[in-house]
Amino acid sequence: MEIGLTHYLIVAAILFTTGVAGIIINHKNIIVILMSVEIILLAVNINMVAFSVYLGDLTGQVFSLLILTVAAAEAAIGLAILVAYFRNRGSIDVDDINTMKG
Amino acid sequence: MFGFGILSGLIILPLVGAAFILVLRGESEAALRNVRWTALLTTIITFLLSLFAWSLFDTRSADFQLVEQKAWLGSGIIYKLGVDGIAMPFVLLTTFLMPICILASWESITTRVKEYMVAFLVLETLMIGVFCALDLVLFYLFFEAGLIPMFLIIGVWGGKNRIYASFKFFLYTLLGSLLMLLAIMAMYGVAGTTDIVTLLKTNFPSSMQKWLWLAFFASFAVKMPMWPVHTWLPDAHVEAPTAGSVILAGILLKMGGYGFIRFSLPMFPEASQYFAPLVWTLSIIAIIYTSLVALVQEDMKKLIAYSSVAHMGFVTMGLFVMNTQGVQGAVFQMVSHGLVSGALFLCVGVVYDRLHTREISAYGGIVKNMPMYAFVMMLFTMANVGLPGTSGFVGEFLTLAGAFRANSWVAFFATVGVILSAGYALFLYRRVIFGVLDKPAVAAMKDLSAREIVCLAPLLVLTIYYGIHPGPILEACAPAVDLLIKNYQTAIAAAKTAAVALH
Amino acid sequence: MYTAIVFLPLAGFLIAGIFGRQMGPRPAEVITTTFLMISALLSWVAFAQVGLGSAPASASVLANWFTSGTMKIDWALRIDTLTVVMLVVINTVSALVHLYSFGYMHEDPHRQRFFAYLSLFTFAMLMLVTADNLVQMFFGWEGVGLASYLLIGFWYEKPSANAAAIKAFVVNRVGDFGFALGIFMLFALTGSVSLDHIFAAAPGLAQKTVHVFGMDVNAMTIICLLLFMGAMGKSAQFLLHTWLPDAMEGPTPVSALIHAATMVTAGVFMVSRLSPLFETSPDALNIVIIVGATTAFFAATVGLVQNDIKRVIAYSTCSQLGYMFVACGAGAYNLAIFHLFTHAFFKALLFLGAGSVIHAMHHEQDMRRMGGLAKHIPITFWMMTIGTFALTGLPLTSGFYSKDAIIEAAFVAHRPAALYAFVMVVIAAALTSFYSWRLVFMTFFGKERWAEDAHDAHGHDDHTHVAAGDHATTAHGHHKLEPHESPNVMLVPLYVLAVGALFAGLLFKDYFIGDQMAGFWKQSLFFGKDNKVLEEMHHVPAFVALVATYAMLVGLVVAVWFYIFSPDTPRKLAEQHRPLYLFFQNKWYFDELYDLIFVRPAFWLGRLFWKGGDGRIIDGLGPNGISARIDDLAGRVVKLQTGYIYHYAFAMMIGLAAIITWFMLGGVH
Repeated sequence: MEIGLTHYLIVAAILFTTGVAGIIINHKNIIVILMSVEIILLAVNINMVAFSVYLGDLTGQVFSLLILTVAAAEAAIGLAILVAYFRNRGSIDVDDINTMKG
Repeated sequence: MFGFGILSGLIILPLVGAAFILVLRGESEAALRNVRWTALLTTIITFLLSLFAWSLFDTRSADFQLVEQKAWLGSGIIYKLGVDGIAMPFVLLTTFLMPICILASWESITTRVKEYMVAFLVLETLMIGVFCALDLVLFYLFFEAGLIPMFLIIGVWGGKNRIYASFKFFLYTLLGSLLMLLAIMAMYGVAGTTDIVTLLKTNFPSSMQKWLWLAFFASFAVKMPMWPVHTWLPDAHVEAPTAGSVILAGILLKMGGYGFIRFSLPMFPEASQYFAPLVWTLSIIAIIYTSLVALVQEDMKKLIAYSSVAHMGFVTMGLFVMNTQGVQGAVFQMVSHGLVSGALFLCVGVVYDRLHTREISAYGGIVKNMPMYAFVMMLFTMANVGLPGTSGFVGEFLTLAGAFRANSWVAFFATVGVILSAGYALFLYRRVIFGVLDKPAVAAMKDLSAREIVCLAPLLVLTIYYGIHPGPILEACAPAVDLLIKNYQTAIAAAKTAAVALH
Repeated sequence: MYTAIVFLPLAGFLIAGIFGRQMGPRPAEVITTTFLMISALLSWVAFAQVGLGSAPASASVLANWFTSGTMKIDWALRIDTLTVVMLVVINTVSALVHLYSFGYMHEDPHRQRFFAYLSLFTFAMLMLVTADNLVQMFFGWEGVGLASYLLIGFWYEKPSANAAAIKAFVVNRVGDFGFALGIFMLFALTGSVSLDHIFAAAPGLAQKTVHVFGMDVNAMTIICLLLFMGAMGKSAQFLLHTWLPDAMEGPTPVSALIHAATMVTAGVFMVSRLSPLFETSPDALNIVIIVGATTAFFAATVGLVQNDIKRVIAYSTCSQLGYMFVACGAGAYNLAIFHLFTHAFFKALLFLGAGSVIHAMHHEQDMRRMGGLAKHIPITFWMMTIGTFALTGLPLTSGFYSKDAIIEAAFVAHRPAALYAFVMVVIAAALTSFYSWRLVFMTFFGKERWAEDAHDAHGHDDHTHVAAGDHATTAHGHHKLEPHESPNVMLVPLYVLAVGALFAGLLFKDYFIGDQMAGFWKQSLFFGKDNKVLEEMHHVPAFVALVATYAMLVGLVVAVWFYIFSPDTPRKLAEQHRPLYLFFQNKWYFDELYDLIFVRPAFWLGRLFWKGGDGRIIDGLGPNGISARIDDLAGRVVKLQTGYIYHYAFAMMIGLAAIITWFMLGGVH
């Protein structure tokens, strides 16, 4: 069986759905949300790379590198915020974080 | 200078002063003193300049004078200034009241002095602009922008309930003005220009006139304020700092009346005639209703604010009876009310600065320790009541005489207001000034300081002077008013002929 | 000279008012009084020239007041006989009252203010009587109202004085309401407010019907009635009289000057001045005569039972003003002015005499606490008696000529209500005589009722604001009340007025109402061609000529019986007819009635409009209502914001899915 574009897209879609589900279903730990976000980004990256190869255009791969960098930075900032938040509140449970409640 | 005329000078001068104040740094006593003096000098120079403009003004002509014009926004919308006999008194009134306002805030404003003075100077620019503008868009700009400094003055330096009052003031007025903006666009659509001089000669179709009239009415009626859209005024007055009240009562309210004379009456004569009974009714209700309300007030400023609404009722009534006495009386009444109510608010400010309450029941027997104050207050109270010999009388008398010519019932009910005004004004005076001086805090109050005398004396002199010799104002506006009425009658007659021809 | 007459009091007012505090009371008193004296002397000169002599009437324009379209109003001095008569009355009484106040007010720390107000009043009154147009008259009209307000409330610490001052001003305003509407209507119909113009236009309007206030009415009738409403207010006529008795809260010299001799007669002056208008409307004159007669009777009945010495005289003034209006209504304007002239002398005399009594009694005004004063203050007693003689119309005194003539005029007047007026004024004459003598007897004869309760007399001190302690103890001692005769400075004015009260009628009757009438009045009063009252007066039946004197005697006899020989009778009578007594005692319950139908409803309405109208309806439905609705709405919307990330993410997903679905189903072509 030839592994074609469709397979990559299916994997990416599965990853993306996992990520979204992780955000929506998870009520426990906010780190999980962070990880889910990373997974969604990865899904996008896979799409990028797959289309790049499929179309023979390097731009997609360059973009995916850029996204990786941004994702790394974002993860770092996100974690830093989490640490600060944990110090303040003593908890990073998603259910506890609803300061924006109207 | 730079191709600009004297009216531009009047508009720009306060801005220059404001910019200068912004440049000043520091919060020290000396710095604050500089701020105050700069503001005072700016307003005085502006006043002197307006006097100079007055000297150039020819009172025998009905035309716009001191006109200057620059291209501004594309075609049709221009920067055009000019004054006629109706606008000139208001320009003078504005520049005259400003130094008094600055002086009145000399000691009572201690926080954010710089910003306060800047707000006032910007406000002055905008107010002068309203009365000088000869372009509808320019007028609208000044008219609306004036809300902002006043909103800040009430909202930042006001009393306890200032946020509520300032928002009420802002939203009320804004709502009315937005309708006016629509009307302005419609007029631009018809005439292709917003030049007021051209618009005055434009005949709008009579069906359109009614809508335009209503849109303008919405704006001016709120500003005036007419019953039943007057409720922002008592709140705004109560919360505003003294000088804010003075400007509010003295000038901002007059913009509504000025708008009626400048736009509603000459541009939409048929609609004005059609709606005149409505305006009369509202005016009469305002006069009687608010006078009765004033009778039961417990807050000095609120009482005077309600009396202002009643007095503005005379103005609207006078304007829409459309005869010489009515319109001239209305103009005079506005100027006189600017002086008198301004002075009354200053008087309230005087005791408020000492006791920090406006409750009438907190005072009593002041005449004993503040005889000079009692005298001044008596004089302005009497002017408020419309005693002959004070400026308050002439306006009331002329508007009523004019009203009687138009409709005897209108004059009848409005004259009832004259009885009531005596009631509430004297009742206030009695409770504050007369009686036994038994409250220690009140007994400790000192009589007018030199600064306060300087504030009140010019108002006092003018109130009396215009009471026994109102000529300067009446003569200045006479040609313009005559022209206004002549055009109005021509337009009505033309409309009648047209209507007859159709049948 | 006329300018000096009018403006000297103004100068006095300004000097005393502005520099009063710097220069102290004495110079202020001297300056104002001197100015007034000069003014009074000049007035007599003017009287001799214009009235008795043949100097022409004139109207000199001083300056333009205001001009608006066809309405042109000047400051002007109109001098004719009517004016000079008024000038004489005003300035003479005013000068005497100024002088009298030297003594009466000598304990008051605010004397300069008092004298300034007196001069201000005089000025305003002079502007009123010299007016050449209705608006200037209105200026004086309101000006005297202001001065009256200030003077009634002079003792500002007394709540009753303040209330009376406001009442006076506001009730007068009710009258002014009519006056102003009358002016507006005249202007609307004739296009002018200057007297000469409207006099010229009046005959033309006499038959004209106008549509005004929803009715079709005769123009002149409605104008005259409106103007007369002003006169009713100022002259305290029936229905608008309530302020006058209360005005007695003011210092007594004020009552003498303003509320007896001058200001209250302004209404009479106005009707006489506007006689060319009133003559064109018999209907209006009929109303005038009814109101006048009713007032004369009504006030006299109330005067019967009052115990405050000043209030008795106040009601008497009210009643006498009614007489003057009866004369006006009958068309005998010269009689009205003549009575005004003589009344000024004897009523000022009575008031100043009463002031002297009050002064002697240390500011006690209740006659029940007086009695037997004749031997303690004999001069005052005699002066009061002379005043009473004149008031009741003892033959040869001034009141005799003027009052009897009015009664005759009422008899011959051609008005539907003439008979009513005649009966009323005759009854009133008897009542007048009774209450006047009652006053004299209660005050000067009988037991010395003040002796037993002199101590708490100070409770009624009308000077309470002069810190009760220092004035009462240092000046007079607090222990024993010893009535003392007033100083000469107070008595001299009484002498002068007494001369006037006795001889003014005799001296001037020929000029005012007798043979030399035409030469005296010249053109200043107008009599219509059908107006024959003055002629017919001379041909009345004998009983009419005598009835006034009889009425006077009846009153005197009853008073003597009640208060000298049988002091118990009044009390018994009062008990027997208690409802009637209370009705009179409470002034026909007018104050209560007005309170119920005007004052309370006004406050009630005010509160209703404020809380209900402004607060609940306008603000409730307007700004506050809208903002409350927006608040509600926002409160609901805000519930959607749970604060949980996964809710937001879920919403995003749904939204995304919805948009994609829409795209896929061909929402965009």
